[in-house]
Amino acid sequence: MADDLKLLRTWSSPYALRVVHALKIKGLEYETVLEDITRKSASLLEYNPLHKKVPVLLHNGRPVCESLVILEYIDDVYKQPPLLPQDPHEKAMARFWAQFGDDKVMPSTWRVFTSEGKDQEEAIGPLTENLKFLEEQLKGKSFFGGEAIGYVDLAFGWMGNLISILEEIIDLKLVDAEKFPLLSAWINKFSDDPVIKAFWPPRDKMVEKFKAMREHFLKQVP
Amino acid sequence: MATSGVKVLGARQSPFVNRVVMALEMKSIDYELVEMNPRLKPELLIKTNPVHKKIPVLIHGDRTICESLIIVQYIDDAWTNGPSILPPHPYDRATARFWAAFVDDKLVPLLGQLREAEGEEAKELVFKKFSEAFMQLEEAFINCSKGKAFFGGDSVGYLDIALGSFVGYIRVAEMMNETKLLDETKTPRLDGWAERLYSDNIVKDVLMDPQLLLVQLQSGFRHSRSSRRHRETRVEARSLRGNMKEQCCWRRGLCEMQQIEGLFLWREP
Repeated sequence: MADDLKLLRTWSSPYALRVVHALKIKGLEYETVLEDITRKSASLLEYNPLHKKVPVLLHNGRPVCESLVILEYIDDVYKQPPLLPQDPHEKAMARFWAQFGDDKVMPSTWRVFTSEGKDQEEAIGPLTENLKFLEEQLKGKSFFGGEAIGYVDLAFGWMGNLISILEEIIDLKLVDAEKFPLLSAWINKFSDDPVIKAFWPPRDKMVEKFKAMREHFLKQVP
Repeated sequence: MATSGVKVLGARQSPFVNRVVMALEMKSIDYELVEMNPRLKPELLIKTNPVHKKIPVLIHGDRTICESLIIVQYIDDAWTNGPSILPPHPYDRATARFWAAFVDDKLVPLLGQLREAEGEEAKELVFKKFSEAFMQLEEAFINCSKGKAFFGGDSVGYLDIALGSFVGYIRVAEMMNETKLLDETKTPRLDGWAERLYSDNIVKDVLMDPQLLLVQLQSGFRHSRSSRRHRETRVEARSLRGNMKEQCCWRRGLCEMQQIEGLFLWREP
């Protein structure tokens, strides 16, 4: 019996995109259930009562929540091609960098994007420090995963389309190709990969959405 | 079992370090605990954990691994003889990882919020958040334990380690604030689990009894963990319980903690 896979996601969520990309890399068929985050469906509230967020993967009706947990689950159930390395230490390092991305890189990028003036200048330092660690990790590799896209690449996948969108909105280089040549090259290579590229949400809609977000955040500042 | 140079950089009282130690004990791995205070930025810590500069760090031969739950999973992956820490089934593994992330992202920060809350109203707000979090974990316990003693089933597993390492501090916070955070009337199964935890052979060797932990916090961890000293501090704890109201208040507890270099500041991101 073929597995029944459903993915609850929104049109733009970068976390959900991680799962979309993972399912495609594994060659898995699934049904998409598009959610409106302003009007959450009964299904979403039933399957993710704790966080009420996307993505939620339903595997034969059983929900798995939190994007990185979902990636590991998919990798556990469907072995080929592997997303995580087999070696225990390399696996631990992959988990470490993915967590670093969510805990440090994403928030520090967001801080630069949602600030202006002196606040923005001050926010750039921490982002630069975080990006240096990523640059180091790409030495001698095409992708974070080595020669093929893997778990860490998917974890940082949001950079593949979002960095250039945010840079356009704030008219500021976040990942300078001169300072971060490997990371810049990775962003281009990742985002141009045919499996990845097929699922980028419409750029103009993303620009509109994130412009509105920035304005909303700037208004919050006292 | 050869040590293959297994070292843990950490501190005995850190709940994050305790997770790693429990995992090593479960696998019967010989290791050396290298005690250090991350606030002093020791060279070895900066060298092995340049990104976060925090404990715990596991050194296994020429490999270093950081972040407590990542280390626990590494131990499970690297040492395949001995009991498994994560459940065998992929769905149960995902469930355990989901709830462990909840512990770190939602529950643990409440301890810091409680410490910083000023006034009864602010504290009550944090008490309410604890209550909500524990009710979620009560559901998690029912699902994961499947009627058995621990989240991991018959024996302690990943989620028991992730949450269990903080039970002592939750009980200390209860004593210091004269309130019930993990309440047997609201979350009976979770409370039962917390009581049972200290009867596990691995856990009782690693985690300090909460009454003892309170005494240790107040005496600034001056005592070593020799068995004779353990008996002395247990006697102190019994006499202390009698006049707890006079003996401790949250602020005094906070000062004691600062004297031992900010236990709660050793939280991981």
